[in-house]
Amino acid sequence: MSPKDLINALRAFLPAEAVLHETEDLRPYECDGLSAYRKTPMIVVLPESEAQVARILQLCHATQTPLVARGAGTGLSGGALPHAEGILMSLAKLNQILEIDPLARTARVQPGVRNLAISDAAKPYGLYYAPDPSSQIACSIGGNVAENSGGVHCLKYGLTVHNILKLRLLTIDGEHHEIGGDGLDSPGFDLLALMTGSEGMLGIVTEITVKLMPIPEKAQLVMAAFDDIQKAGNAVANVIAAGIIPAGMEMMDKITIHAVEEFLHAGYDLNAQAILLCESDGTTEEVADEIERINAIMKTSGATSVSTSRDETERLRFWAGRKAAFPAAGRVSPDYYCMDGTIPRKHLATVLSGIETLSEEYGLRCMNVFHAGDGNLHPLILYDANTPGELEKTEEFGGKILEMCIQAGGTITGEHGVGMEKINQMCVQFKSSELDIFHGVKSAFDPQGLLNPGKAVPTLHRCAELGAMHVHSGSERFPDLPRF
Amino acid sequence: MNADIDHFSSTIRAAAESSLPLSIAGGGSKAFYGCPSTAQAKKLDVTPYRGVVDYEPTELVITARAGTPLVEIKSLLRENGQMLAFEPPHFSNASTLGGGIATGLSGPRRPYSGAVRDFMLGVRMLDGNGRDLHFGGQVMKNVAGYDVSRLMVGAMGTLGVLLEVSLKVLPLPAVERTLHLEMDESSAIAFMNRWAGKPLPISATGFTGNRLHIRLSGSESAVCAAQKQLGGDAFSEGGIFWKSLRDQTHDFFKPAMSLWRLSIKSTTPPLSFPDLHARQLIEWNGALRWLACDEECSGNATANSIRQAAKSAGGHATLFRSQNQAALRFQPLDSGLMCIHQRLKQKFDPAGILNPGRLYPEF
Repeated sequence: MSPKDLINALRAFLPAEAVLHETEDLRPYECDGLSAYRKTPMIVVLPESEAQVARILQLCHATQTPLVARGAGTGLSGGALPHAEGILMSLAKLNQILEIDPLARTARVQPGVRNLAISDAAKPYGLYYAPDPSSQIACSIGGNVAENSGGVHCLKYGLTVHNILKLRLLTIDGEHHEIGGDGLDSPGFDLLALMTGSEGMLGIVTEITVKLMPIPEKAQLVMAAFDDIQKAGNAVANVIAAGIIPAGMEMMDKITIHAVEEFLHAGYDLNAQAILLCESDGTTEEVADEIERINAIMKTSGATSVSTSRDETERLRFWAGRKAAFPAAGRVSPDYYCMDGTIPRKHLATVLSGIETLSEEYGLRCMNVFHAGDGNLHPLILYDANTPGELEKTEEFGGKILEMCIQAGGTITGEHGVGMEKINQMCVQFKSSELDIFHGVKSAFDPQGLLNPGKAVPTLHRCAELGAMHVHSGSERFPDLPRF
Repeated sequence: MNADIDHFSSTIRAAAESSLPLSIAGGGSKAFYGCPSTAQAKKLDVTPYRGVVDYEPTELVITARAGTPLVEIKSLLRENGQMLAFEPPHFSNASTLGGGIATGLSGPRRPYSGAVRDFMLGVRMLDGNGRDLHFGGQVMKNVAGYDVSRLMVGAMGTLGVLLEVSLKVLPLPAVERTLHLEMDESSAIAFMNRWAGKPLPISATGFTGNRLHIRLSGSESAVCAAQKQLGGDAFSEGGIFWKSLRDQTHDFFKPAMSLWRLSIKSTTPPLSFPDLHARQLIEWNGALRWLACDEECSGNATANSIRQAAKSAGGHATLFRSQNQAALRFQPLDSGLMCIHQRLKQKFDPAGILNPGRLYPEF
């Protein structure tokens, strides 16, 4: 069907302002949070109801038109990158919180609802939605489901997959399915898990029932400085060995500490090789106990200084530096390149020293921030795109870091997703028989491959060089959003 | 060990070529669960493939071969101050890790800590072509590819033969204490849900015979503080009580002819089945209701009414134990979902030889 015919067909059931096709109207949709990848979609549609979503899907199905779904567009792997011959469907207008059931501790919401808006709405009942990706003031819950988003508290409270109960799903043929239920499990295969993190490849979610958790009575933070990164790594292991699951456990290396301290003056120790932030939450009694134990562990693990937040202001100040790591990278270097590997924590020192060696070899600085509790590493390679050949060098460096993550028994993406950006590295992590299963899963839901084509799972013949998240200064779409 | 895998793989390939179904067998302690294997199925004994592959307590991850007895894993974890926080039932000491994953059953701690699937990090498995595949891994956060490892949980062996499983583990709580309070069923349901919304260290709830049991787990100070808020009396037999719910050795489960498991919205008011001679036991803050019939209650009409009640309450009903070999065990799926299930089955096991009919008669 020609673009013109498609537009007419869409206008038959959508208001004129919900069908965009002029170049200037399409421009804002040409990339998501990963702005290095851009494509102009043929048409953008902005449905307001599930019925309209179903009609759009039926039309795409009937006309074999590719369809890419988009939430708030804050994703970091190009998962919502448009298809040049396809329709981009924004779910931003499906933004209603349909129901909060305080006694059952659930919220039923539309996919365009912002992550933080759920917690805000639940707050009067003493409840909140636990997963807190760094972009939570802007990112949508539908996008969280698509990416299986986590946050700094996920070691203790889990990822999106652990915090949702039910989805209303539309498949490409426009058929409606209910996945999961109001109870804690459902009959048949665990399609709820399969849908979570499926990057818009299997279906379109039009309603999500999330679990709400009681807001912890208290949270407190311990900040410890170390003169050796290995000692900091050991301190993390010692906290876990003591039977403590911290609400958050973050690590920064020396170059990061200097970059953020210069930028924010959070009070970090500039002589430290590594700083650990370890948060405890729970009842007042639990937190008091745990903080005392964490303090002692940090000291016996060789911390050169240990401070405990005395009040909420100080807790937030300790956190502020960590949360400002990405913007700080943008200040000390014209460009930076962010990786998202996960490794078993025991290999941290090896991987970091490997990164250091590579850093010298390539003559490029690298800042390391680390979700230490769950092994998710974000090396930020600092470079200058205006220096000829530096971007290529950076990409090669990044590729080697991801290879190290795989060799250490880890993964190429802990939380940002594969999207368009890491599609090639999928070939490094998975065998062709495993990719074949992924293609099988895709075809069980979307036999013609119309949903988000070309993303998340590479075709079997596409096994090429490594890539990584590329953030060019000034080109990141949401420079004000915290990223950590 | 590689010889075991080669043997499993060649058995699967031979079965696929001859279209002769296989019945995957672990310890056999849950053979009663789900629909019976087809009569002509050949047994594939996976228990020789056993042992812990990797365990480092400070990584919070254990990787073990699927034939490893659950008791072995639990005892190793306990020695290191850790546990499988989903409290998998083991109906006998023969219960294996693979069986626990394939049935996807979780115990009393489930509403607070999570289910089996929530702790699943990765699998090594053989598909219906005998291909040796890895999904997920040994790390907590991993979004590369579809979540095939969690798809294996509760699939009853219909999608593949599990070889190795990596699970997240958690520390054992410092203190556990059980309280009990006398109240009627509807008060108990309201009480459990109300307190589940408060930041207290509750780790299990169970209601039977007008008595509500609540388990607290955590630091001594937190448990004491919660005990003061909740009231009730300390129950010294708590450990035995929760184990008896988990493994169904509690008197409630013993004489039953049929046992139904209703997984529903936790706040559902008391369910009543006046036509049945049935007793009820409630777990999971009201989200799990067990219905024990002293006579067979698996006939079509009865089953339909139980399933309808569960569906109206936002959930589903499983005929957990029954002598009726012909009865459907799991809540039927609507046609759209069944179609997706069948397509997935076709991709993982094109010849349809892995545990056919154990989950649904359609595949």
